Amino acid sequence: MKKIEAIIQPFKLDEVKEALKSIGIDGMTISEVRGHGRQKGHKEVYRGQEYNVDLLPKVKLEMVVSSTRADEVIKTLAGAARTGKIGDGKIFVYDVAEAIRIRNDDRGESAL
Amino acid sequence: MKPTTKLCLLSLVSAPVTVWAQANPDIQSRLAAVEAAAKSAQSAGDNAWMLTCAALVLMMTGPGLALFYGGLVRRKNVLSTMMHSFILMALVTVLWAIVSYSLAFGGDAPFIGDFRFALLNNVGSAPNTDYAPTIPQQTFMVYQLMFAIITPALISGAFAERMKFSAMLLFMVLWALLVYSPQAHMVWGKGGLLSASLGGKFPCFDFAGGTVVHITSGVSALVCALYMGKRIGYPSDTMKPHNLVISVIGACLLWVGWFGFNAGSALNASGLASSAFVATHFGAAAAALGWMLGEWIHNGKPSMLGGISGCVAGLVAITPASGFVQPFPALLIGFVAGIVCFLMVAVIKQKFGYDDALDAFGVHGIGGTVGALLTGVFATNLVNDGFKDSAGRVLPLGLVDGHPAQILNQAIGCAIAWGLAIVGTLIILKICDALIGVRVSKEQEIQGLDVGLHGEEGYILEA
Repeated sequence: MKKIEAIIQPFKLDEVKEALKSIGIDGMTISEVRGHGRQKGHKEVYRGQEYNVDLLPKVKLEMVVSSTRADEVIKTLAGAARTGKIGDGKIFVYDVAEAIRIRNDDRGESAL
Repeated sequence: MKPTTKLCLLSLVSAPVTVWAQANPDIQSRLAAVEAAAKSAQSAGDNAWMLTCAALVLMMTGPGLALFYGGLVRRKNVLSTMMHSFILMALVTVLWAIVSYSLAFGGDAPFIGDFRFALLNNVGSAPNTDYAPTIPQQTFMVYQLMFAIITPALISGAFAERMKFSAMLLFMVLWALLVYSPQAHMVWGKGGLLSASLGGKFPCFDFAGGTVVHITSGVSALVCALYMGKRIGYPSDTMKPHNLVISVIGACLLWVGWFGFNAGSALNASGLASSAFVATHFGAAAAALGWMLGEWIHNGKPSMLGGISGCVAGLVAITPASGFVQPFPALLIGFVAGIVCFLMVAVIKQKFGYDDALDAFGVHGIGGTVGALLTGVFATNLVNDGFKDSAGRVLPLGLVDGHPAQILNQAIGCAIAWGLAIVGTLIILKICDALIGVRVSKEQEIQGLDVGLHGEEGYILEA
């Protein structure tokens, strides 16, 4: 099993969700996060007081899929989230030791 | 019809009627009844308008100013900031009933009123003919109360996010007694030093409170900001307004409420009230554009915060002028105030580095001064013909009427308001500091005043 963690532009969330749904990935957890990589922030001015905002709003998606599907999921996700500009985000992939469904103690891939 | 023909016709009709009426006591009593009915109808109209205006002016403090200021602070201080405005609606009301109405409008001394209306003694449904002959004195009293509430609330923008609540209460009680009541009496009270219509030595035109409300509060705000010092982390830490959406709602409520403030200052439902209403609206509109334009040129982007700050600055500046100027000078006064207040807040303040957290000085102190001085330029008897010499001729008012000396009177009014605000506020702060201490602890300031002082939070997102 692999855990796929993607940090994407917030406005790409719907497109990414639709794309993953179309290849049969329904389960995911998302959070609203802030951060930045190489993307520079922007300037905000409130009554002459300037602030450089460099932690930008992003959306983090997390999902665990079977190892055989990981590449397909990554490809679909990256395709849907890409604009080609700095700030599109990143995808990280981890090995997952175990998965347990709390409702009935299913384990492994059958718990996904 | 020519005036002479009209006169002849009138005398033809009225002369026999008078003779006939004198001969018939029944007719005379019926005429008296008609006169009384006309008077009562005017009183009903004026009273309905003035009660509405009183409610509008209260709406400016809560929710108007509470939302405007509340949105501009950080999330952890939203309730403590709204509380400043809200609690003054209660505190000043009690004080007004006990003594401060009397200190503002009782008697005819030059500097401060007396105790004749203390505990609202003799303040009932009979009019106070010195001030507002067509409405109950209670209406006049409660209308003026709403001004006494919002004025100290404006100051709270300067010390937001760092003043002790207890010290704030004491400060406000003393300020209402030692600064507001004397200034209101000097400008609006009978025999007041600066009174334009009731025998002042230096007649200063202040229709709705440019000096009484905005200079006193704005200059006191600067004194508070300097005395209390900067907020921890200012200006390096981020102190962005936490919710400009509620600030926009608050500013728009201020704009609407201001019609009660300025047009109501006619103290009746006359054409003068209409004129003040129009001037108020035009001033606000031009100032919103002026500030936005300044910002657009200076920063490259027009902002919502700039727009609402501008409209408030314009409303401030048109306040003293509203019952004296025509619509186009009102536009000009607003536009100038929008630009000047923008430069004050966004450019000059940054150079000085004092922490007037919500710019009460930059907007009210500066806007009020600009408006009071320009009133001396644009005041005209075409708008306000209430000032007459002993022969009954209408007097010229401002520079545009050929009376440049009025600008000097306006400057004297401003100087006295500035002086009283500086000296009074400094003394009051010293007293509060000695008795209670004005500033919250470092821990409370970092934690936020909502939890630190009031034990509650404005936004509980998990509830």
